[in-house]
Amino acid sequence: MTQTKLTDIQPKKEEKTKAEEFAKELRSVSVSEFFEKNRHLLGYDNPTKALLTVVKEAVDNATDATEEARILPDILVKIERLTENRFRVTIEDNGPGIVKQHIPSVFASLLYGSKFHRLRQSRGIQGLGISSAVLYSQLTTGKSAKIISKISPKKPANYYELHINTLKNEPEIIKETEVSWQKDQGTKIELELEANYQKGSRSVDNYLKQVTIVNPHVTITYINPENQKIIFSRATTELPIEPKQIKPHPYGIELGILIRMLKSSKYKKLKSFLTNEFSRISSSIADEILKKSNLEANAQSSRIARQEAENLLKAIKETKIRAPPLDCLSPIGSELLQKSLKKELNVDFCEAVTRSPSVYRGFPFQIECLIAYGGSLESDKPVQLLRFANKVPLLYQQSACTITKAVISTKWNSYGLSQSKSSLPTGPALILVHIASVWVPFTSESKEAIAHYPEILKEIKLALQECGRKLGIFIRRNKKVAQEQKKKEYITIFIPHILTGLREILNLKQPQENKIEKNLKEILEKSRQ
Amino acid sequence: MKTEIKIEKEAQNVMDKILKKQKPSMKFPIRSLSNVKYDPKQGFFELKGQKKERTLTVSTVKTFAQTLRMMALSKEVLKNDDMATKREAYYVSKNWDAAKFDEQPESDTVMDDIEAMFEVNREQLGFIPEEKGGEVAGKLIVIDRDPDTKKETKIDCTKFGSGAYSIPISVEHLKFQTSANFILAIETAGMFQRLVKHNYWKKTNCILVSMGGVPTRACRRFIRRLSDEKKLPVYTFTDGDYYGYFNIYRTLKVGSGNAAHINEFFCVPKAQFLGVTPQDILDYKLPTHKLKDVDIKRGKDALKNDPFVKEYKEWQQAIKLMQELGQRVEQQAFAQHGLNYVIEKYLPQKLKDKKTWLP
Repeated sequence: MTQTKLTDIQPKKEEKTKAEEFAKELRSVSVSEFFEKNRHLLGYDNPTKALLTVVKEAVDNATDATEEARILPDILVKIERLTENRFRVTIEDNGPGIVKQHIPSVFASLLYGSKFHRLRQSRGIQGLGISSAVLYSQLTTGKSAKIISKISPKKPANYYELHINTLKNEPEIIKETEVSWQKDQGTKIELELEANYQKGSRSVDNYLKQVTIVNPHVTITYINPENQKIIFSRATTELPIEPKQIKPHPYGIELGILIRMLKSSKYKKLKSFLTNEFSRISSSIADEILKKSNLEANAQSSRIARQEAENLLKAIKETKIRAPPLDCLSPIGSELLQKSLKKELNVDFCEAVTRSPSVYRGFPFQIECLIAYGGSLESDKPVQLLRFANKVPLLYQQSACTITKAVISTKWNSYGLSQSKSSLPTGPALILVHIASVWVPFTSESKEAIAHYPEILKEIKLALQECGRKLGIFIRRNKKVAQEQKKKEYITIFIPHILTGLREILNLKQPQENKIEKNLKEILEKSRQ
Repeated sequence: MKTEIKIEKEAQNVMDKILKKQKPSMKFPIRSLSNVKYDPKQGFFELKGQKKERTLTVSTVKTFAQTLRMMALSKEVLKNDDMATKREAYYVSKNWDAAKFDEQPESDTVMDDIEAMFEVNREQLGFIPEEKGGEVAGKLIVIDRDPDTKKETKIDCTKFGSGAYSIPISVEHLKFQTSANFILAIETAGMFQRLVKHNYWKKTNCILVSMGGVPTRACRRFIRRLSDEKKLPVYTFTDGDYYGYFNIYRTLKVGSGNAAHINEFFCVPKAQFLGVTPQDILDYKLPTHKLKDVDIKRGKDALKNDPFVKEYKEWQQAIKLMQELGQRVEQQAFAQHGLNYVIEKYLPQKLKDKKTWLP
């Protein structure tokens, strides 16, 4: 073994210079620039998916906005084919509109939004969605996004043409003017983009249909690229229960978040910070936590050191704290779900269940499940699986989703569906699973699959089993009826042969034969087994 | 009781039950090795008396109807003094619409059930098999009747040259004249041909019978009647394997489990086993084949379940020896020592030393 000479490990002069050269190139990357290069993270992997993602983001925003304003949503979706692979997408809602000064940032600045810092069940959260659609449009066509928004019949509508400055992640206003718009209020966005339109399970058509199944109060008017008008009309005029905003539950908090909250809280004293910033921390529980972590009630929240914060978090985890309030969620409801599905599909059996809310990592969530069977559903194929998160259909990454895992790991054979190992069951059935939560744990920013939390998996399985049991009863009853029918036919086929046999051996006479035939029927029908 | 009357009686029972609104049923003896016993004094497999009952229900209605229609067919054939082969009976069923048999084994099974139910031979039902009865050559004159004139006709089995006399399907009416010393029943047609060609029967004054595999009922009955009437011993010469020992020799001697109700008449209790025995493999240094897994299983099964094997220590030892050797041997294997070794050495030596035989 040769000894390393001291000079070998000393940095050489040239290297230092290189590092300095590198340093010159170092600069922060703006969010928009990052997504410009990593568009797949937001759901723009290919032209077909891009079209769907743009529609999805705009429809999510429209439904969120109308619902929060307690307005029955009427949404228009229009897709025009400009050339073979270029489309114009227009989405218009009757929501509350956006105040003038916010319009540029909402549509042309990534991560600008009102929803990220709160805990409330909603479709969009990050403030990435619509502005990433604008970014995609800009990247593929160079065209600006055209927006009209109006907040009241008494006020004029504002028209904007916007670009995103990707280096600064700031809106660039191309055009700004007041226009007249016959709508009382609402927002309209028009984007041009490179895309591909196709039918099938992951099409815009199917997506919109699924949206109306889990949002029975929404009406969508859809004009497709073939210029056909399809109206998905609402199944109810009742708005869903308004989801409540909740404070974070202490069990769901991580150290970094805790430190950030400590620094920025308006509650300056540590105890009042604890009782006001979190749900379920009462005065006595706050005392218990402080005692365990050796911190003073009057300590300055903003001056808590990292080590102290860590002790605080440890104390929180060791303290028994009630589960977060669960009445903050807004499920669809099993009855409405069934009604809504039956409107779209002709089925023989339909059963739905809405589970009681439950908790993962301090976040409340609630599972709903529906199973439909027979009717126009295709047999001899894997069942149709419809996945939803906060009333938004999930069309991609089915196999990565915990909903799929739950369906596969449920034993469907005992519920009358055939299923081979580690695959979806087959049969003329549709399985719908909806998760509502203040924070849905997606596996990625494109929000296509739900992560595998054991608590969530367990709840989904329980919901599936509940519906599955009823499905099993239905299928068995149906099978029994069919078997009885078959047996009845079987009897009528073979009784004449018994008669022939007896007649040929014993030379029976007609009246005798009639009596035997009558008795045989009676005997066989009584002994059905 | 005539078979026709048995059929009528059974049908009457079924009808009476139906008229009383009760489920009719028919009883059949179970046709398997588990339902037979062996008593050397009797000399053949006897039924132990276990029966299965076919009661009319939805799930049995098809077989029930088929059984009745097959009984009706049998009665018709007997009334007209006609006969139908098993294959023909299967084709007749093609007129029965939904009650027809899809494959012949199905109709054969129903036929065997009826046969067993009435404890008759299938010929007594008017049905005959397609199979050949076996071939005969040697010191024997068979007295048959001309089918047209019904006059007696004598068939000399020494006069077939290199060919042989075929045993007919029905042998009850045959009479025999012979001066032979014994009957040699042979498994394979090949070995039979060799012995005929070299006039082996002349040298040893015997009757050669080729069984051509498992002996048919006609073949068994022919050997039985001939040996009984002419007081001839019966020696059996098969391959040295479990098929030769049990499917062929055991069936010839004591009958089968499948048609146990007729074994009394269709077996040859006095038959003896000349060879090839497992010991012969060693004594004659014969080339062999390895036993397959199924063969080994067959041997174990015979030791455990075959009432015939359980009766004879000699057979048990022979099977154990074969299992140990792990080898089986064919009749033709003697050719290794010369083509006519079997005629010149093996058979003469064996005939001299009956201690090397098996019961």
